[in-house]
Amino acid sequence: MILPLRVEQVTFAAGGRAIIDGVSLDIEAGPSTVILGANGAGKSVLMRLMHGLLQPTSGRIAWRAAGPRRHQAMVFQRPVMLRRSALANVAYALQASGLPRTESAAMEALQEVGLAHVAHRPARVLSGGEQQRLALARAWALHPEVLFLDEPTANLDPGATREIENIIKAFDAAGTKIVMSTHSLGQARRLGDEVIFLHQGRVAERAPVDRFFPQPASAEAAAFVKGELPWA
Amino acid sequence: MLENIFIDPRLWHIVALSLGVSISAVALATLLGMPLGAAIAVTRFPGRQVLIVVLNALMGLPPVVVGLFIYLLLSRAGPLGSLGLLFTPQAMVIAQTILVLPIIAALTRQAVDDAWREYEEQLRSFGVEGLRAALTLLWDIRFSLLTAVLAGLGRASAEVGAVMIVGGNIDGVTRVMTTAIALETSKGDLPLALGLGMVLIGIVLALNAAAHLVKEAAQRRYG
Repeated sequence: MILPLRVEQVTFAAGGRAIIDGVSLDIEAGPSTVILGANGAGKSVLMRLMHGLLQPTSGRIAWRAAGPRRHQAMVFQRPVMLRRSALANVAYALQASGLPRTESAAMEALQEVGLAHVAHRPARVLSGGEQQRLALARAWALHPEVLFLDEPTANLDPGATREIENIIKAFDAAGTKIVMSTHSLGQARRLGDEVIFLHQGRVAERAPVDRFFPQPASAEAAAFVKGELPWA
Repeated sequence: MLENIFIDPRLWHIVALSLGVSISAVALATLLGMPLGAAIAVTRFPGRQVLIVVLNALMGLPPVVVGLFIYLLLSRAGPLGSLGLLFTPQAMVIAQTILVLPIIAALTRQAVDDAWREYEEQLRSFGVEGLRAALTLLWDIRFSLLTAVLAGLGRASAEVGAVMIVGGNIDGVTRVMTTAIALETSKGDLPLALGLGMVLIGIVLALNAAAHLVKEAAQRRYG
């Protein structure tokens, strides 16, 4: 177990501006965590800091125990597919993580996301929704303890979004801790157990979903929930 | 009289030697230059920007200067004189490799740099960095890299200065298309010069057409 993840007084500045400003929080195993906030609130940067893709300007980010890289995986808003088949993309993720690069393991992951029928098609010619499912298959193959998802459905139509959300639920059911950023209130409600609301690089509020939406405690969150509702 | 020139065995001997020297040089330069370019693209170290500028500048190395440099190295009194390579095809391969290496390394660096910008987060998320990342990127953009190899081959097969100086333009031994054209023109044997010129242009055109087709097909196949 590499969880919990402890974020202590983390600041991340770029170009003289603090994008993440003194954030402290613990990410525990179990309930799905949704990082909610407007564009520019710092959601993506916070996820990248936690996943280790960015180094904090100050503060500390520490896992309970150091584990191999494959214990955490991340799916990005725009997935990057290698120029090879869908199956080979999953096999690459297996190999990169030091797991046996077996076709059966790769195929099983593709089946899980409903892409077994395009296993031998080049990944880059798949549709946007299929590519995002393939990105989830690459993560699935690693059986990570934590899965970071950075606005995974921001570029997708409602049908593809529903498929992605179902796969995310399957990760949750399989015991993977979900940490997902989104600006969609509906998605936060459907997938989240708790909400971390970011506003201008700070945690404005952290609450269980069933308390956050009816009664947001902070003024910023209240405004966001109210303003966003018509589009949720 | 131009048609007779194409059945002249001298011409085809010259063409074969030219291709042998230039393809060997490009193969060596690719083997060395691609990993070098990719490594510079995916690593960060002090002086990297300077190295990139120098590498780009070296793309324009004057062939005669490279020829002179290799000549000094290989001449009897030079540090590598004991190898006895001066005025041999091997010397020409060495000179052209030096000439082509920066072209392939710089173009590879640029292409891998662009790809790294796109792939970096994904690969680092997988825990893939450094050499492994460089190899993954090289493989993923292999069809784009054809352009770098072709640019190198174009440079190698078209240059006169370096092969003239280190090869010596010896008939039957180190005479290649470009040096033969220069010599035959000055001698007034225009048919041979023209024939060789046409072969040279034909080869360059055919190579570029082939590379274009491969790239197009790959684009359709792999996206």
